[in-house]
Amino acid sequence: MKAYLFRSNILLREFPTDALFDVNAIVAHVLFALLFNEVKYITTWEDLQNIDNALKGKANIVFSYVRAIGTPEHRAIMEAAFVYGNTYQFVLTTEIAVLESIGTEDIEYAHLYFFHCKAVLDLTQQCKRTLMAQSLTTLNIHQFIKTMEAPLLTEVAEDPQQVSTVHLQLGLPLVFLVSQQATHEADRRTAEWVAWRLLGKAGVLLLLRDSLEESIPQHANVAFKREEGRRVEYLVLHDIDSVISHVENNMHVEQIQHEDDDLEEPDMDMQDDEVEETVYRDRKRQLPLELIVELTEETFNTTVMTSDSIVLFYAGWQAVSMAFMQSYIDVAIKLKGMSSMLLTRINCADWSYVCIKQNVTEFPVIKMYKDGKNPVYYAGMLGTKDLLKFIYLNRISCPVIIPSVQEAEEYLSGELYKDLLSYSSVSVLGLFSPTMTTEKEYFTEAGSYLKGCVIIAIYSEEDVLILSNRYAVSLPALLLVRHKEGKIEAVPLANTHTQDIVQIITDASLETFPEITVETLPTYLRLQKPLLILFSDGSISIQYRKAVLMLIKEKHLDSFTPCWLNLQNTPVGKEILQSYFDVLPPLPLLVLVDLHSGGHVFAFPADQAVTEQNLLLWLKKLEAGLESHITILPAEEWKPPLPAYDFLGMMEAAASQHPTRKAPECTKEVDVQENSKGQKEDKSAIRKEPTETLRIKHWNKSGWLKEAEKSFLHDNKEL
Amino acid sequence: MGLSARAPRWGAPGLLLAIALHPALCTPASASLPPARRDYCVLGAGPAGLQMAYFLQRARRDYAVFERAARPGSFFTRFPRHRKLISINKRYTGKANAEFNLRHDWNSLLSHDPGLLFRHYSGAYFPDASDMVRYLGDFADRLGLHVLYNTTVEHITLDKDRQAWNGHYFILTDHKGQVYQCSVLFVATGLSLPNQVDFPGSEYVEGYESVSVDPKDFVGQNVLILGRGNSAFETAENILGVTNFVHMLSRSRVRLSWATHYVGDLRAINNGLLDTYQLKSLDGLLESDLTDLAIVKDRQGKFHVTLKLFLEETNQSADAIPLPQDDNDNFAMRVAYDRVIRCLGWNFNFSIFNKSLRLSSGGEFSKKYPLVRPSYESKGSRGLFVLGTASHSVDYRKSAGGFIHGFRYTARAVHRLLEWRHHGVAWPSTECPITQLTASIIRRVNEASGLYQMFGVLADIVLLKENATAFEYLEEFPMQMLAQLETVTGRQARHGLFVINMEYGRNFSGPDKDVFFYDRSVGHTEDAWQSNFLHPVIYYYRHLPTEQEVRFRPADWPLPRPTAIHHIVEDFLTDWTAPLGHILPLRRFLENCLDTDLRSFYAESCFFFALTRQKLPPFCQHGYLRTQGLVGTERLRQHRVASGLLRTSPAAGRRPGEGRRQPGHPKPTRHFLTPGPPGQPHDSNKEEL
Repeated sequence: MKAYLFRSNILLREFPTDALFDVNAIVAHVLFALLFNEVKYITTWEDLQNIDNALKGKANIVFSYVRAIGTPEHRAIMEAAFVYGNTYQFVLTTEIAVLESIGTEDIEYAHLYFFHCKAVLDLTQQCKRTLMAQSLTTLNIHQFIKTMEAPLLTEVAEDPQQVSTVHLQLGLPLVFLVSQQATHEADRRTAEWVAWRLLGKAGVLLLLRDSLEESIPQHANVAFKREEGRRVEYLVLHDIDSVISHVENNMHVEQIQHEDDDLEEPDMDMQDDEVEETVYRDRKRQLPLELIVELTEETFNTTVMTSDSIVLFYAGWQAVSMAFMQSYIDVAIKLKGMSSMLLTRINCADWSYVCIKQNVTEFPVIKMYKDGKNPVYYAGMLGTKDLLKFIYLNRISCPVIIPSVQEAEEYLSGELYKDLLSYSSVSVLGLFSPTMTTEKEYFTEAGSYLKGCVIIAIYSEEDVLILSNRYAVSLPALLLVRHKEGKIEAVPLANTHTQDIVQIITDASLETFPEITVETLPTYLRLQKPLLILFSDGSISIQYRKAVLMLIKEKHLDSFTPCWLNLQNTPVGKEILQSYFDVLPPLPLLVLVDLHSGGHVFAFPADQAVTEQNLLLWLKKLEAGLESHITILPAEEWKPPLPAYDFLGMMEAAASQHPTRKAPECTKEVDVQENSKGQKEDKSAIRKEPTETLRIKHWNKSGWLKEAEKSFLHDNKEL
Repeated sequence: MGLSARAPRWGAPGLLLAIALHPALCTPASASLPPARRDYCVLGAGPAGLQMAYFLQRARRDYAVFERAARPGSFFTRFPRHRKLISINKRYTGKANAEFNLRHDWNSLLSHDPGLLFRHYSGAYFPDASDMVRYLGDFADRLGLHVLYNTTVEHITLDKDRQAWNGHYFILTDHKGQVYQCSVLFVATGLSLPNQVDFPGSEYVEGYESVSVDPKDFVGQNVLILGRGNSAFETAENILGVTNFVHMLSRSRVRLSWATHYVGDLRAINNGLLDTYQLKSLDGLLESDLTDLAIVKDRQGKFHVTLKLFLEETNQSADAIPLPQDDNDNFAMRVAYDRVIRCLGWNFNFSIFNKSLRLSSGGEFSKKYPLVRPSYESKGSRGLFVLGTASHSVDYRKSAGGFIHGFRYTARAVHRLLEWRHHGVAWPSTECPITQLTASIIRRVNEASGLYQMFGVLADIVLLKENATAFEYLEEFPMQMLAQLETVTGRQARHGLFVINMEYGRNFSGPDKDVFFYDRSVGHTEDAWQSNFLHPVIYYYRHLPTEQEVRFRPADWPLPRPTAIHHIVEDFLTDWTAPLGHILPLRRFLENCLDTDLRSFYAESCFFFALTRQKLPPFCQHGYLRTQGLVGTERLRQHRVASGLLRTSPAAGRRPGEGRRQPGHPKPTRHFLTPGPPGQPHDSNKEEL
């Protein structure tokens, strides 16, 4: 089989089909034949030298080396030649010797040089050479040639922030060397030197400080603009090498990756899920599971019917379940001998029918079975503290029925459930006259909804008026007790439905100036207001607290959620500050984080005292848009962290290699021998000779290179 | 039941005439008894009929089962003749999971009653057929299924009626002349007619259904068995020890079930004759087309094999009939036989179905089954479904639909389709947030028995909700009906879907394949697509495939070309829960299909993201933001620090503009899957540079 290339009816070339082993090879070969003059193929250093000499003062040369004809790199070069063939002389070799003769070290499978011959007028002078650092793809070559075409050095006298050149469009940074009239000539020479060194890596500009309207930092001698729209960095660098290394160190990761695709391939087999990884790392440890009763299909029903129990529905193979299991064990340890609540677990990987019957379709799920009633679904944080709180608060019913005024007072004073007060920021007492059945129903429903979250009680005896009079509220009503502050608030409940009651109680359990922690943040985020966070290393001083509380009281902070963060309790706060500021500022520090509109972060000026007046002024300025943000939180979507295996591509590649789809009985030689023996007896079966299954990974990594070499031999003969 | 609501569809002009004619045409002559009406009628109280009855009973539907015999499972009172069932009754698997254990219990029917598992009826790995009879009897009795025993349905016709669910009723007439009018008819009568091949001398041949099973009757005899299926080998196995030799003759070579992965082919338990054949112990296997043969009886009453061709040429007496050995003196079957036994399998009995039902035979493989759609509904009449062994044309020689351990699931699928069609009950599904997707799939591929047994026929379907924030999970849907999924299930598939199927390697199984070749198993996740043994395969479609796409799918593909595909690498233990080997690659596949990040995070990380980024990963959104974050312990926190997993680089090396593949410039590598923008094949840009 052969392939023929015609231009109208003239046969240009014929190709052995094994040279056209893939799309790259086909494109490369066809262009190679068509661009015979534009791309000179050479085999010796002398050839190169001759072309070099012939073109001095006339044209520039794009010289490239590829390991074999028909490779993706060869194709990329041919495609570039197709575009730039009229402008530059392309020279191609596959001889390593040629490359060595021009002094290339670390020879890889492809290199591309730009020879600056056009500007050379003296024949004895060598053309300057620029090596392309990126991998040889059509796009990279295009970019590289574009930068070669760009002026070597540009002089500017405007704000670097506004300057843009082709380099930025190509994703390369700009380096501004700051100069002034007095030293202009010397600076220009330096800049040219730098420009040659950075050719293809960055654009170099000479910035005249004298004629600049905007001021730039006084000592800065270099400005660096990484990409369009990014702020210009001003630097003080003492020599050329540090300028160059700064640029090279700040190049895009992509370009570094491209240099060595094989090595830099992301390791998809590496675990990047922190829960999976941590559970995996802990897999060899024996968990003290004996504190938790393991349920089975047989024991499940009797257990949950006969005892008050918490059931953890989990799957033994699921990391999130098993991570929570550790907290669950901690709960069991803390509750040991202290609670009548039975802690149990059921592995849904073993007892899937039980889990399905209990309506468990995700993992993990925690339910409390108490008094033979409908189970209560635990909707709190999957952690020791919150689950403990849930269990403790469930010791009492919700609501608790208070029998006497005296006990109601004990309840309100906090005496009645002293040991539970720390788990519930408020205690709620509903007051109803005995006839208010619907109202009581709503309240009781709200109580069951808030089970395990707050302490709720109800008083509805004949003498309820004593209480309503004492707290100056008409019935029905509820009393909210904030024990920490020693305050009792009365809320009338006329015509208030379950959901509204729940809302009133939930709102009441929010603090006005809370310490936010990992556990509490979600509750406050629900308010959808910008967070005014006071970062503090330890408790906050009375002065700060007072200032903020005063502002709250005067309703200046109604549109914010004021809160504070203790780095001692919430160490991750430090990482957060680091992402706001490059350098950790002194604490305490007040920061405004506007999560819900725009993600702007503002910082209260560190040089100002945190007083009511200063804060107020700052907030006013913020409102008026006079403060500038310190950072904008990235609005990026959460994309797949790494690619997946493209099995469809692999399957189709394999299918196209074996269009008959008959072959893949993998067999080793031993089997082949056995088969041939077997054939004598089993004449009815005609055995197809097995062939090795195609393994795409091998093919990808090495196969085509060999193929390319083979085809290159063909080519060589014919050239 | 909404009968009148369905009427307008049949409002054709000729209708009045049809109604006028109908009583005269369709009333049976012996209509002394008023017709009994049923929504659902099931023919046959075998395993499939009882299985369907169970689902109808649970759904409180109006149904009746018609059974000719006095007890269920009458086939098993006679067959298999040698009484050993070859469906395994594996009582121990080392696992507690009842769903998983059904994978290795090939005899039980599906029910909610754990007492009705076959392992309580037999301790034998290959149980006795009478245990099956006892089991089926108990199944019908304990569950109180409505079976009309001793009722032989002799004739079935169609009665057009625009009020009927399907535009017609099925009219069943039993042996007493009682008439039943059914809206939906399930035919679960199995294959009841022995397959007979007509050739000269076939009258001398004894049938499997009636031949003696007492080895004493075969002592010192030369026996020829026609057929090479399990009944043939079962018959041979029984007499191997007492005969002079057994020769076995069939059209094509023996198909071994361990090579084909089809349980209907020759099972190892029956293959004693292969052993003695290959060890040259006088028994033997031969291939020839039976229709070319003739058998002649000589004066001694012995049988000689000759060719039909020879008989046609001459008209001579038995002694003078030419035999192949006359010319060819080493002809294999030159010896005279004492007995010839036919073991050629079974055919469906079409005789009771009136032509108007258009229940025709001739699936693509064999004429022994009635023709049905992938939904098991007859191609000829709407509302007529074929269940059980008779429904095997759908997956003949591919999957387990002809056997109890397969059709118990297809019966459930048919039931679910009808619940939607006639009662507005959509296909059962569970809805979960997208963060549970990996776990949902892992759970099912590790325990689901219907997927495992009915590989390639029933598949789980994940229907994505808008923006892929949640999904619905549908179990064991007949995958060839994929294009019609929305209309037959009542579920929406507007935002893309996954299909979870189990598959053997494409070229691994087959009658002449060496399934023991070196290197047959695949261990590396990147080679998972080359897995040979049964393993989960997940297809991703951006849009529900059309009927055309399903019909004209590539050869060898169970489904049309998907947008992307994932193979979970085969596992020696069929335990696909390895964090790195199974779960991680699956998660990466799902992430890349959905273009999102499906990792799980501790609450502390979510806290960090909540204050440093405008958007949160789905796991934090569904958990942490709803105050259900995973707090973790100090110990795990330390592991996290030690692991070096950084929160600051949620997508390592993929900050804006860096490393992230722009749609126009995909990374030039074939290893990885990163679907491009919707509606575009992800590889299409490769050549556009």
